[in-house]
Amino acid sequence: MPVLAYLWIIPVLPLLGAGANGIFGGRWPKNVISAVALSSTALSFLAVLEVVREFMGLPAGQIPAHISYFTWISAGPFRADFALQVDQLTVVMLLVVTGVGLLIHIYSTGYMHDDPGYRRFFSYLNLFMFFMLVLILAANYLLMFVGWEGVGLCSYLLIGFFFLKQSATNAGNKAFWVNRVGDFGFLLGVLLIFRTFGSLDFSVVLPRATSMPADPAGQIGTLTTIALLLFVGAAGKSAQLPLYVWLPDAMEGPTPVSALIHAATMVTAGVYMVVRSHAIFLNAPLAMQVVGVIGCATALFAATIGLVQTDIKKVLAYSTVSQLGYMFLACGVGAFGAGIFHLMTHAFFKGLLFLAAGSVIHAMGGEQDMRKMGGLRKKIPVTFWTMFMATLAIAGAPGFSGFFSKDEILNEAQRVSPVLWGLGVLTAGLTSFYMFRLLFLTFFGSQQYDEHKVHVHESPKNMTVPLIILAVLSVCGGWMAAPQLMGGVNHFEQFLAPVLATAGASAAPAAESSGSGGEILQALLGAPVIAGLLGFLLAWWFYIKSPETPKKLAESLSAPYKLLSGKYFIDELYAAVFVRPLVWISNKVLWHTVDERVIDGAVNGVAFVSRESGDRLRHANTGNIRSYATWIVLGVLVFTSLLLWMVD
Amino acid sequence: MVPTSYFLVLSAVLFGLGVIAFIFKRNILTIFMSIELMLNAVNLAFVSFSRLLGQLQGQVFVFFVIVVAAAEAAVGLAIIILIHRNRGTLNVENVDSLKD
Repeated sequence: MPVLAYLWIIPVLPLLGAGANGIFGGRWPKNVISAVALSSTALSFLAVLEVVREFMGLPAGQIPAHISYFTWISAGPFRADFALQVDQLTVVMLLVVTGVGLLIHIYSTGYMHDDPGYRRFFSYLNLFMFFMLVLILAANYLLMFVGWEGVGLCSYLLIGFFFLKQSATNAGNKAFWVNRVGDFGFLLGVLLIFRTFGSLDFSVVLPRATSMPADPAGQIGTLTTIALLLFVGAAGKSAQLPLYVWLPDAMEGPTPVSALIHAATMVTAGVYMVVRSHAIFLNAPLAMQVVGVIGCATALFAATIGLVQTDIKKVLAYSTVSQLGYMFLACGVGAFGAGIFHLMTHAFFKGLLFLAAGSVIHAMGGEQDMRKMGGLRKKIPVTFWTMFMATLAIAGAPGFSGFFSKDEILNEAQRVSPVLWGLGVLTAGLTSFYMFRLLFLTFFGSQQYDEHKVHVHESPKNMTVPLIILAVLSVCGGWMAAPQLMGGVNHFEQFLAPVLATAGASAAPAAESSGSGGEILQALLGAPVIAGLLGFLLAWWFYIKSPETPKKLAESLSAPYKLLSGKYFIDELYAAVFVRPLVWISNKVLWHTVDERVIDGAVNGVAFVSRESGDRLRHANTGNIRSYATWIVLGVLVFTSLLLWMVD
Repeated sequence: MVPTSYFLVLSAVLFGLGVIAFIFKRNILTIFMSIELMLNAVNLAFVSFSRLLGQLQGQVFVFFVIVVAAAEAAVGLAIIILIHRNRGTLNVENVDSLKD
């Protein structure tokens, strides 16, 4: 096993790329910088492929392949190793992260070509790959937390990439702060795991969690507390209610960053962490309910906001929040495999959607408002067709990847709760509507821009090729699950089953839902597909057939419309409840009182007392020997009489 | 036999005179002599206690004090001579350049 024993090489390669570009890249021409960045990512991807090949040959007893390199922290009973592990879940994540990551790196060489921050961009992007791979490969919660914080840092750096723009730096700060809330929950959860299980290794914690008695339904026991704290972390990282507010603002970053970090990989880290900890969640019924309900609520909530956004990237951002909600819905109903499946297909089609949107923005010379586009279909055909594929995939058109994963989730949800299922189906309809709205506004209709000012052009090869590859993946990415419809097994879930089987009976692979040929028809004509079709028809009616309708509707329903276009005024609410009081306290109390009065006062006070007393005592230093003698005599007299008085 | 208290009172009076002279006299030489007076007042106290307690330590100590006083006289007189040469005065009111 040559490469599997050297797992560290997978994350370290991008780190080397980041270091080389970051430290020495200052004098290198652009093609050298991109060669370093691309080759480090590509080598990492090749290493992953080799690891996967070797992994497939492993006997079941050696899975997960666990390699400890050195003891990182050892203090009393606490011990954390720098240890990596590979199991089926890791394999899926590795392929997604390095594969999609590589494509987005290639795309970035075109998209960022004229940016003065070219070197900084690739250095950050490689650094992100390093932390993300550490997060995935980590064999204990502490190392996972290192990756977790690292990707948060890179996210912050890349959101604020255009740091001369005030809005970009603000968005970076916002992402950092909101994630602090989530990370604090995660850290508390990790500490409680150590207290409860005496270890942080997955290989120790998860089996013990499985063998522990489940917390009674509706009660908050230790496992439920751990699960809920971990979910706070996941909600922060994966932009769930109520911590989703940073993700739409994160669109201030360059578009490839939105695709890689804020759609395909980092934001799914929360889902990965929850699935990784599924043993804990399964024994915490209340936490499972919370995860499912929050996921479902987020999916619906974000989808409704997405309906009225006019910024092409904002639509996709809310769509991402919504799709992440689907993944948590899957986790909440115990369908962890379906959650990861949707994570993977989402990485393909949402990554593609963002890259295609970037291509549109590139073609429009920086314009992001969909109302100022229109009729681009003929001008940028590659972008159009790839984006069309991705739209079909996310809308759940039968046969496309999103169809299989979304169907899987909704099927599982139906078995647990009809309400969650119903809301999920409604969200599927809304998803279809806002995605086709985006497509129609951008590529169909009459052109809304001035042709003399904007020179619309198709993007270069290094941008379109990743688009085409991702389009193929968006179409085919779900076919592993296809045999299930014909009465066979879902290959994806079967592959993941060994990881999730440790969870016990309640996480049984969903293979038993497979059935006769009649179910194919049932699935094809199932509620999600019909909802998607309705969404498409509605979008077609609104934006192709009679384009005046949306405006009229917005006027007649002005109150709900304002609520939606104002994003439910959550940002304003948070500003009033959290931000402004915090700023007030920082300003009035911490700055003007504590800092200026107390701390400065103490420092200045010491100096003042020293100076003043010195000023007074200076006069005692006369230089006259007789006055000194007088002082000595007086002192002796005083002390002698004191002594005599005390003795008596 | 003369009681010890007589010697002690004499010693205290001599020491007090030394202190008063040290503070109120202006001539360095006089101040110097008042120091010697105080030293000898202490010596007197030492020997009287030595006699009262029948121990030798006090007398031995007096020898030390006399030796130190002799050394001090040598150094102190040298300093006084130098001050007189440099300043042309022995009045301590005029020797106050340590001030400030």
